[in-house]
Amino acid sequence: MIPAIEIRGAEKRFDHLLALNSVNLTIEQGEFFALLGPNGAGKTTLINLLSGLSRPSAGYLRVMGHDVVHDYKEARRNLGVVPQELVFDPFFSVRETLRIQSGYFGIQHNDDWIDEILSNLQLSDKAESNMRTLSGGMKRRVLIAQALVHRPPVIVLDEPTAGVDVELRQTLWRFIKRLNQDGHTILLTTHYLEEAETLCNRIAILKKGNLIKLDTTANLLKDSASGSLEEVFVSIMQEGVESTS
Amino acid sequence: MIGFRTLLIKEIMRFWKVSFQTILAPLVSTLLYLVVFAHVLSTHADIYPGVSYGVFLIPGLMMMAMLQNSFANSSSSLIQSKVTGNLVFVLLTPLSELEFYWAYVVAAMVRGMIVGTVVLFTALFFFKLPFENPGWILLFGCLSTIIASTLGIIAGIAAEKFDQMAAWQNFIILPLTFLSGAFYSISSLASPWDMISRFNPFLYMIDGFRYGFFSHSDVSPWLSLFIVGSVCVILLWVTLSILKSGWRLRG
Repeated sequence: MIPAIEIRGAEKRFDHLLALNSVNLTIEQGEFFALLGPNGAGKTTLINLLSGLSRPSAGYLRVMGHDVVHDYKEARRNLGVVPQELVFDPFFSVRETLRIQSGYFGIQHNDDWIDEILSNLQLSDKAESNMRTLSGGMKRRVLIAQALVHRPPVIVLDEPTAGVDVELRQTLWRFIKRLNQDGHTILLTTHYLEEAETLCNRIAILKKGNLIKLDTTANLLKDSASGSLEEVFVSIMQEGVESTS
Repeated sequence: MIGFRTLLIKEIMRFWKVSFQTILAPLVSTLLYLVVFAHVLSTHADIYPGVSYGVFLIPGLMMMAMLQNSFANSSSSLIQSKVTGNLVFVLLTPLSELEFYWAYVVAAMVRGMIVGTVVLFTALFFFKLPFENPGWILLFGCLSTIIASTLGIIAGIAAEKFDQMAAWQNFIILPLTFLSGAFYSISSLASPWDMISRFNPFLYMIDGFRYGFFSHSDVSPWLSLFIVGSVCVILLWVTLSILKSGWRLRG
């Protein structure tokens, strides 16, 4: 089976800064995968390369077998990205925003699916509200809805629960878990390690642009005396760079 | 094609939702120019045989409003989307550079054309304007707004903050439109200003456009068409190259 995400020798340089150093990573279809690391480790840079928001200095990245540079149209059709920043277009309502996003992907008459997403994200009553009038948590949910309008098989969530209250977080994870059970591949970055521990079957850890750990969640937890991912994470951060290729 | 159409409609909706600012405000300021200049210079001799100064002024003011509003539409949309971060919703999609380019250009042309048309119809209440060559009017209207919209895209991509965008507007677009013969015939300028004016491509847009109304122009309409068409092609090539490179859009 074609991997959902295939990254080989991915490098990103910003002038003299090496933000990503020859990262190799394969994520199979149907996985719930966590990409962890401290601030500045290169998580968002890697996601930007995958989504085409940034271009690799070396190496290649593929989404469902499609190169993100040379076959970008198919790669982007297969990918839904929830950006980290809380961005929105103040000119439009929630429904208009989602219809517009569907149209960018060549999809018309998408209201049935839009209504289903809104219902799952508890946004049905806000469908006709202008984006400016929504709370931060609601805007975050609209970002998730925007990433899902074209039913992508691979979904990337860049810190989706940052600043979201506990109840809403639970709602979001129930929905994302259901998407994963329906066959969607999920790539998640988060600073809430317990989320990664509970939800993800494999974890990669980045540090200063290097992929320093890649293993199943179960194997990582085996190395910990207390059985918590937080302890594993802290000890890995204190270690040197290992080879994971 | 659906992607292009969606981005185009979204861009048109964007300016339509704030039409007080994007349509009515430029209409009022353009009509004020017309009222003030036509009144002050009402005793001015005819510019062309049978063409009073007030009538002469209308195509120039129309084109000036069309150029400024086309530029403002694409540039302000892009800089706002960049600064607020919501441009990401377009950049994450499978839209090609060509679809991106034409959606922004056509939306900006629509705004320019709406403002120009409303100025024209309002002016027709007060002045009798000939329409000698409607084909030339349409041709120069389209090519000129394509150029202004394309410059707006370049400015929107190049500028990283609103301050830089204001510099494009005030130090490039405004002088080029004001010094393009919108208010005067360049044949009335003393040397070397008449020669210097000929290096301004906006002159040929307005002069060719005016030819469509009066069948009179300062330079041959064919020369104007050649220059305006060439500028259009060059800017299109430059902008598509910028979009393909991802400069200031895809880091």
